[in-house]
Amino acid sequence: MYGMADKATQRAAIVAAAGAVADRLEAEKSHLTDLDSAIGDADHGSNLARGFRAAAEAVEDDEESSPQELVKKIGVTLISKVGGAAGPLYGGSIMSASQTLENGLTTDTSVDFAEAYLEKVQDRGGAQLGAKTMVDALTPAVHTYKKSIEVDELPPLTAFAKATAAAEHGVEYTVPLRAQKGRASFLGWRSVGHQDPGATSTWFIMQELLEVADNYLEGETDVDARSPTIPDEAPEELKES
Amino acid sequence: MIGLVVVSHSQKAAEGICELAGEMGGEAPLEAAGGDSGEIGTNADRIGEAIAAADEGEGVVVLVDLGSAVMNAELAIEMTDANARIADAPVLEGALNAAVEATNGQATMESVLEKAEEAREYRKR
Repeated sequence: MYGMADKATQRAAIVAAAGAVADRLEAEKSHLTDLDSAIGDADHGSNLARGFRAAAEAVEDDEESSPQELVKKIGVTLISKVGGAAGPLYGGSIMSASQTLENGLTTDTSVDFAEAYLEKVQDRGGAQLGAKTMVDALTPAVHTYKKSIEVDELPPLTAFAKATAAAEHGVEYTVPLRAQKGRASFLGWRSVGHQDPGATSTWFIMQELLEVADNYLEGETDVDARSPTIPDEAPEELKES
Repeated sequence: MIGLVVVSHSQKAAEGICELAGEMGGEAPLEAAGGDSGEIGTNADRIGEAIAAADEGEGVVVLVDLGSAVMNAELAIEMTDANARIADAPVLEGALNAAVEATNGQATMESVLEKAEEAREYRKR
């Protein structure tokens, strides 16, 4: 069985991930702000960088909390430090999805977390696929992760690498779309041709999570989002026709 | 008494709406939760503090402006122990209606929400 690391290892991985994400967002601050100044209010980069730095600091010296509590703490810190839509969407969804980690971070709970996170982002933001939001990066990522683990039975690291590749497809997909949510939607047609900052930061975060996971897990990271298998039978509901 | 919280991206707008609403229903607890760390935006923690300050135990109706104000208010409500609900109403007109109703001796959460939401029907021409 994959991903049965002990609690101390899980905690170390979570703390390392928070730090890596904070560093990456700090480095991408002006890139994200440039994307956001085209179709938003130019604060995405600095808000997220500030929030994840605070979150990383909140967990780095914490030797008491369980893995679940650490993840929740990251969410709560983001809520308080990141205003606007990113606070509730990132922080609120991490906080809420942390409920799936009661038994720690395993292969199964990581899939549950991913699904709960996506569901909360969609529920909170009310964005459907194709609205030019982070949902467009997250949905293919979560679908690919779940399928790679539950159907293709790939190691979690390989599955997450495929999910990260899927998120990149989603980021590219936001470019030619007309925004339907958030401040970008006020621009209407003028939003077409610009890459969504929230989808982009979601993908950056996944890249960092993958890098950190690579230090703890075995598997392949140089993979694309395509399935290694062809479904060998028709789905149940199609069999009769 | 039912408390009221006005959430706006702008602290000045939130305070100004509270000022107007206070003229109509001066005794109702009115709290402004505008801006995010001194800048334009909204913040769930700040809204949560305003809900706590406006709550006298009978509940709090939250008026919001746009976009992230709704999300941060929802999140603040999920994180509070107070009975708080968002009015589906225009922030200024809704706040004025709600303040008038809140000072009515028989006011309930439902009646304050209902009055706030009646403001959706206000026509300007």
